[in-house]
Amino acid sequence: MYFDLDEDQRMLRDLVRRLLADECPPSVVRAAWPGGEVSLLEPVWRKLAGIGVPGLLVDETLGGTGLDETYMVALLEQTGHAGLPLPTVATVAVAAPLLAASPDRAELLADVLSGQTLIGCQLEASSTDGTVLVPHGQLVSAAIVITPRGLGLVSMAAARPVASMDGARRLAQVDLRAAVPLHVDDEALDLAVARATVGTAAELIGLSRRMLAITVEYVCQRTQFGVPVGGFQAIKHQLADALLAIEFAGPAVRRAGYSLATGDANAEREVSAAKALASEAATSVARTTIQCHGAIAYTTEYDHHLFAKRAWALAQEYGNAAAHRQRLAGLLGLRTDHPSRTIQKVAP
Amino acid sequence: MDLNYSEREQTFRAEARVWLEANVPDPGGPSGDTREGFARHLEWERALHEARWAVVAWPERYGGRDATLWEWLIFEEEYYRAGAPPRITQNGIFLLAPTIFEFGTDEQQDRILPRMAAAQDIWCQGWSEPGAGSDLASLRSRAVRDEAAGGWRLTGHKTWTTRGAFCTHLFGLFRSDPDSERHRGLTYFMVALNSPGITVRGFNRLDGDEGFAEVFLDDVFVPDTDVLGGVGEGWRVAMSTTGSERGLSLRSPGRFLSSAERLVELARERLADTPAAVLDRVVGSWLDAQAYQLFTLQQATRMAAGVDTGAESSLNKIFWSELDVRLQQTALDILGPEAELDGPWSKGFLFSLSGPIYAGTNEIQRNIVAERVLGLPRK
Repeated sequence: MYFDLDEDQRMLRDLVRRLLADECPPSVVRAAWPGGEVSLLEPVWRKLAGIGVPGLLVDETLGGTGLDETYMVALLEQTGHAGLPLPTVATVAVAAPLLAASPDRAELLADVLSGQTLIGCQLEASSTDGTVLVPHGQLVSAAIVITPRGLGLVSMAAARPVASMDGARRLAQVDLRAAVPLHVDDEALDLAVARATVGTAAELIGLSRRMLAITVEYVCQRTQFGVPVGGFQAIKHQLADALLAIEFAGPAVRRAGYSLATGDANAEREVSAAKALASEAATSVARTTIQCHGAIAYTTEYDHHLFAKRAWALAQEYGNAAAHRQRLAGLLGLRTDHPSRTIQKVAP
Repeated sequence: MDLNYSEREQTFRAEARVWLEANVPDPGGPSGDTREGFARHLEWERALHEARWAVVAWPERYGGRDATLWEWLIFEEEYYRAGAPPRITQNGIFLLAPTIFEFGTDEQQDRILPRMAAAQDIWCQGWSEPGAGSDLASLRSRAVRDEAAGGWRLTGHKTWTTRGAFCTHLFGLFRSDPDSERHRGLTYFMVALNSPGITVRGFNRLDGDEGFAEVFLDDVFVPDTDVLGGVGEGWRVAMSTTGSERGLSLRSPGRFLSSAERLVELARERLADTPAAVLDRVVGSWLDAQAYQLFTLQQATRMAAGVDTGAESSLNKIFWSELDVRLQQTALDILGPEAELDGPWSKGFLFSLSGPIYAGTNEIQRNIVAERVLGLPRK
């Protein structure tokens, strides 16, 4: 029994943490916002590709890094912490493994693994008008999508930019009719969705830790009534609760990664538990940390919003807390009706 | 990362499970926190001891099995899974004993621990006073030196002493230096409750059981051999116990996993009559219990690796005590009008309300988390 990052996982975590501390400060997160200097993001992704991040879950024989989901969680907690405004989850959990599973996509896979090409994805239910919104869609050249005919790959060249709360998400709307089929089996797609769900939960943990760290630093410096506001019990108790939410969600996310890595029979349960707890933690931490700042965190000049807005977006992606709790109710035998899937499966 | 138990651990689990299934007494009957129930629970404690399950983590020479932290957690899981009774010996075994292992002399260990393991001596905690609750350091019970007799004379008033009316011994903090203030000048004493000068008065807790007592000490003699740790070192010695009380050792995840399973079971039985909003809270309680288990597995991994988890035990305490209240309240909301009947859930609910108060209120725990884990200023 050893439930913690082992030495190799810690090495990956530390490597990524240092790299992102240098290459992805808040100024680079801001560069992804409309009007920002998007080219600033290129070197970050190139460096991450240099240490094998895009192909983390792809077999070594196919040019990947050949690691498992426990490493994925360790990695994505760090990209979340940095607020990295790139489709990391989409690439690591979905695009690279699915391209590796499609025999006729070797060339595109190689470009994704080298960091030359960015691919997005949208695996949740498609809209009724035949279009979908792709996160980071303005930065990626193509996206993996679910079409009425099955899984597809769609070029983003003709996609339409869509404004969103977190400007760094760079949403784009794309017409599904332009998609070409991507041939992978249902099992691979289910695994991709489960990985993306856990990966998103991991980013939420990282984002939550970042919001809390920003706030702790602030309340230790900001003085009112002649003392640091962090000395007031009203602040202490709120931030203690924020830490509690994070500390009791984090292990569940790691557990879900481990369940996927080991093919645990209860993996579906663990995945939903992870996303439910991480989504709840992140939304409550966002709320609390803004309040503990006072007016300063209610501005876009201050960095906190970069992380809060990402957290609000990711809390809804791949099933929000309520949806996963509903799914857990089904898995625990607590529903009389059939549990509805929050993530739509490919139509047969 | 490896969540598998070793072969040795699995054997340990199987052995515990078989013994518990064969020996756990039928539920029902008065609780161990009543006069009648206490006697019956003593029999159970002695059965546990005879089969060497009373203190699994202790050395063999004191009645234990030298169990590892993991084996202890396994035993706890099996204990609550089997529906075994609450431990009336727990304040001795989980609060005093770790302190004796850390600070006690060889003589104290050899004299006190075997009798504690065998439930010959039953220990209660004498910390709180009428004027010293959350602010424990303001305690006024005093110890006066009796050089001629080779010991100390204790005078004062302790209260909220759990099972104090039925226990045989008390461990507690007393002010041994009259000129000292706050955390200084305190000494940790162990005292037999049948010593001359002691009066114990039991009183009822919220659940109606005589689970509380106040202990009056009037010039009670305690020999030097019953000072635990150094004279004047009481605060430091006592704080090692608070970690045990708040953290893993008093409230293992097994307890809440088993409560959550029972809650899910109850909800399944009454599925058609239970509103969706309540079912969602059942899911929430199940999630809480899972989250607590995973947090403690991670914590135990670090403890096993020699990391001092320190003030983290305050996180445990806030989480388990509040999850218990939510869980029990949810059960009542499933039971509806039946909730008011005297039964395991109504008892469990009333008992759960003590969790956020004892072992340092959760308000104090949140201060500790904020100051010692997050690093916020004291003032």
